[in-house]
Amino acid sequence: SSQVVWDVLGNRQFCSYKITTKTQNFCRNEYNLTGLCNRSSCPLANSQYATIREEKGRCYLYMKVIERAAFPRRLWERVLLSKNYEKALEEIDENLIYWPRFIRHKCKQRFTKITQYLIRIRKLTLKRQRKLVPLRRKIERREKRREEKALTAAQLDNAIEKELLERLKQDTYGDIYNFPIHAFDKALQQQDAESESESDAEKEEEDDEDMDKREFVEADDSELSDFEDMDKLETSSEEEQEEEEEVEKKASHSKSKGKTPLKGPARRKRPYIEIEYEEETEPTTKTKAA
Amino acid sequence: GGGAAGSAAEDEGPPAPQRVLFPPTFSVSEIKNKQRRHFMFLRWKQQQRKEKLAAKKKRRKEREALGDKAPPKAIPKTIENQRVYDETTVDPNDEEVAFDEATDEFAPYFNRQTVPKILITTSDRPRGRTVRFCEQLSTVIPNSHVYYRRGLALKRIIPQCIARDFTDLLVINEDRKIPNGLVLSHLPDGPTAHFRMSSVLLRKEIKRKGKEPTEHVPEVILNNFTTRLGHSVGRMFASLFPHDPQFIGRQVATFHNQRDYIFFRFHRYIFKSEKKVVIQELGPRFTLKLRSLQKGTFDSKFGEYEWIHKRREMDTSRRKFHL
Repeated sequence: SSQVVWDVLGNRQFCSYKITTKTQNFCRNEYNLTGLCNRSSCPLANSQYATIREEKGRCYLYMKVIERAAFPRRLWERVLLSKNYEKALEEIDENLIYWPRFIRHKCKQRFTKITQYLIRIRKLTLKRQRKLVPLRRKIERREKRREEKALTAAQLDNAIEKELLERLKQDTYGDIYNFPIHAFDKALQQQDAESESESDAEKEEEDDEDMDKREFVEADDSELSDFEDMDKLETSSEEEQEEEEEVEKKASHSKSKGKTPLKGPARRKRPYIEIEYEEETEPTTKTKAA
Repeated sequence: GGGAAGSAAEDEGPPAPQRVLFPPTFSVSEIKNKQRRHFMFLRWKQQQRKEKLAAKKKRRKEREALGDKAPPKAIPKTIENQRVYDETTVDPNDEEVAFDEATDEFAPYFNRQTVPKILITTSDRPRGRTVRFCEQLSTVIPNSHVYYRRGLALKRIIPQCIARDFTDLLVINEDRKIPNGLVLSHLPDGPTAHFRMSSVLLRKEIKRKGKEPTEHVPEVILNNFTTRLGHSVGRMFASLFPHDPQFIGRQVATFHNQRDYIFFRFHRYIFKSEKKVVIQELGPRFTLKLRSLQKGTFDSKFGEYEWIHKRREMDTSRRKFHL
């Protein structure tokens, strides 16, 4: 009659334990030995059957025989297996002696797998567990909004700049930056927009000069412009006396070499004095913002 | 009311009349038609705006007319203004606080007896973003080392760190591939602070054109840490950085506290003149929110908590902040 049961349940009609997927059929029955839906693995379709199940860390061997098929309450006989792996295997063997090879083999395989996962569980509980804390959506949203508002209220850039200027005023930087207040204003008043101040100045023109010293141009234009400049230079302010000499030297240089041809027409347009000077020591603050 | 509303409703076309008089019993919400209702609402709004502008002008005129005798301008209310006064606010001249600070766990740092040495690590199996963030953080904080955490328990790491002379341990917790928590522990049995981290931006995501931070020791700015709790947290941050900043590097790390959110920024500054400074952002940025402060080193079960953020009790008022 197990054959009849299989004919009905197996392929033709409905079995509530059966789960079909694209490639395979699984059996959800808790007494199933392999988990697949087969003629030899179905606990309903085999009158002599055995399984291994574990409860609270202990493994039991369940057996079903034809003699008890009429007594559902006493159908499955349960045997506690020892904790020792080898001993348990021997117990399985002695309980399932004279049983079909398939069931014996699968029982032992299942028992092995169960013991392995029990070992892993025990190992993992000793390690650190990751505690999952559920987030509350409303609170998360509230925090995010508050953070954004706090960010706009903070005005970080302004605050940082103010703090840095405060520190500058209180002289925490010492002598690195020399910004003498009064001299700065005075210098601004006296010099023109083109002239460079004593404090940090961009030295682009210096670089240009270095590059342009080597160029040769028609002498006519440059000579005229140089003449003009020479006049103006001699009447320049007496404050920058040291620089004057240097500039004069440069001007004389320029006559002979015809330097900065590109600035010729430009020079004519603007009647300003260009004062260049070189410092021996490069101050460390002169870095161009990239 | 109905008549006026009817006549006003007839001018639905584009040109609205210059002066619309809404009779006092008229309410925009009584019109059933959505389009007309919307139109009337817009017009009502415009009228309100005009009235407001006129009132403002009038007030300004009155103020100018009064001249010196005018009452002082009203200060707008901000959350910072309305903040509930915290009794633990630190007074700069408070002796008790000064004495406390001279004898707490950071005293050796502030007396220049110890040099900070930081260990940065993450939670298990960090993802790419977290790893990169750790690397960038280690360039920002001088004298710091990043170590990969191979499933080690923190309780076992800590004695090893102490043995190797580390002063601080920084653990960045990660969730779903982004860093979201920070545990900062001062090592020779110092306090442990647990923060929630948000809005983490790596260097390449920040819109700036600066280069990498150099090896110079940056300056530290701590803003707005007013209460006693804030003070201790601020000192914790300060003790991460070596004592003497190298001003040649012109780098500054800022911890700015605003409404209990601590914003971290890393900038390079340059003084254009004495009244003007320009800053350029390099380095990662993130915001922190303090969750708990523990007295000893990291111990989640038996630790003695100095302060825990309890949502039910502490988040009741919008004007109450703890840092």
